[in-house]
Amino acid sequence: MKAVSATRRLLQAFSGRPAFRPLRLLGASGQLGYGIPTPAFAAGLARKPDLIGCDMGSIDIGPYYLGSGRMATAPEATLRDLRKVLLGARSLDVPLVIGSAGSAGATPHLEATLDMVRRIAAAEGLRFRLGVLRADIPKDRLKAAIRADEVTGFDGMPALTDDDVDAASHIVGQMGMDAFRRAFEQDIDVLIAGRACDTAIFAALPQMLGFPTGLAVHAAKIIECASICCVPGGRDAMLATLDADGFELESMAPQRRATPVSVAAHSLYEQSDPYSIVEPEGRADLRAARYEAIDERRTRVSGAVWHPAATPTVKLEGSCRVGERAVLLCAAGDPRFIENHQSILESVSGVVRELVCEDAAEDYTLAWKVYGIDGVSQGRRPAVLPHEVFVLVECIAPTRERAAEVVRTTKQYLLHHGYPGRLSTGGNLAFPFTPPEVSMGEAYRFNVYHLMQAREMDALFPLTVENV
Amino acid sequence: MELQDIALVIRSKNAGPRCLTLDVMFGNEDDYRRVAASGALAAEPIAELYGRAASDVKVIHYPLSFAIKLVMPRTVTAGDPGDRDVYGAQQHAPLLTVSVP
Repeated sequence: MKAVSATRRLLQAFSGRPAFRPLRLLGASGQLGYGIPTPAFAAGLARKPDLIGCDMGSIDIGPYYLGSGRMATAPEATLRDLRKVLLGARSLDVPLVIGSAGSAGATPHLEATLDMVRRIAAAEGLRFRLGVLRADIPKDRLKAAIRADEVTGFDGMPALTDDDVDAASHIVGQMGMDAFRRAFEQDIDVLIAGRACDTAIFAALPQMLGFPTGLAVHAAKIIECASICCVPGGRDAMLATLDADGFELESMAPQRRATPVSVAAHSLYEQSDPYSIVEPEGRADLRAARYEAIDERRTRVSGAVWHPAATPTVKLEGSCRVGERAVLLCAAGDPRFIENHQSILESVSGVVRELVCEDAAEDYTLAWKVYGIDGVSQGRRPAVLPHEVFVLVECIAPTRERAAEVVRTTKQYLLHHGYPGRLSTGGNLAFPFTPPEVSMGEAYRFNVYHLMQAREMDALFPLTVENV
Repeated sequence: MELQDIALVIRSKNAGPRCLTLDVMFGNEDDYRRVAASGALAAEPIAELYGRAASDVKVIHYPLSFAIKLVMPRTVTAGDPGDRDVYGAQQHAPLLTVSVP
């Protein structure tokens, strides 16, 4: 192995002289695994960044991935992106930091990501020190926190129970800068973290090197989405150059301009409060933030103020299986069917119930969405009925077979249901293909979305280090 | 005049699985101030438009980007059975035709 790791060299250079020179942070991808445009990434490498970071996950993609342990991104695309950032970071011998590994950041996602990293290292002849941070919250630990009254529902989630904890197939906590700091102290080149705050990827190291935490967190929150903060927004790599008083933003794609208005607007994106960035260890207050144009493509940002939390809190995410999902895909073009669709679907649902529950319990849910009427927004109705509708019928049942039985039966009785005023006795539905029924696999829902007080982050997010 | 005739951006998205956020962004300070002052995007009319209680709707003025943010709880947790828009990216349509005096 080489004598000095990428993080050790930075820590040594800044030792005793905090923030003595600007630090260049390269946001390579906001969603690793969906493709990293090469020209902008190469342009970013040419700027000799001090750190390359990528966010790999989010809760926005829904409960399936966390619950099932599967990645949202395609394996080949994920491998390609990982290879690109690994080779880039190792060619410059700078730290590579990846957060929320494998889309949802639980152990199966992390292991699948690590497997890819090791395969790439072997194929490319790379050698480095790899730090791994785990984000799974032990169920006993969480139950103890519930008993100690240290867990509260986030955004109106009901109080968490032991049953919820047991039902969840995976529960992760969003680790913050403290966990990352602990990893950077261990002489590593590459850090792969399970579920993590996207800001920690970029802010933890600058904080250790003496840069103001508020500025580091603000810069991190912007570049973790790559060039989305620009006009036009995009996925190209984004560079932040941080100093003791502020940071400069520049997209590595020449057509993307970081303007004061576009950068400030990024604070609105997918956030409920544009003036505040909440982290486990505290909160960055952006009310005094200033955005100033350097030129047409670059903006300088300053003014964010960090307020440490009295008690650190970790946001928890958990997903539980609700059953097996099967769907029926069909459409209708008869105005009489469309006008009467609600009563037709309710009648057919009753007929199906009588049939499939003749010798079995009513152990399923059957629901439908009628696109053209209210498929997107419940309660909104068009002023004029459309001439065609798409009907999505969905069953969730304890087993794959049961869900399939219910939607297949529904298909047949919806096709031939006789309703008042019907002229089209040949059939009520247009099928786009056969079979029109599809077994979708397991269905999940978020049953944990809570805040947990956590004084001992070390035990919560264990670190391992290995030589690859 | 309708909001879609004035705004540059009218969008919706989840802010976490329990929260929906709607952003209306304008191209200049005059348009922003005009709509902000009109009350067209105040909590009461927005609550009525989305079938919520006014106390559930938070309105945040963000003059730095000539923007007004509306925040409300989702009616269904993202991805739960029965959800119609897992990302919440298509809940902005009612805003398009909001009348601005």
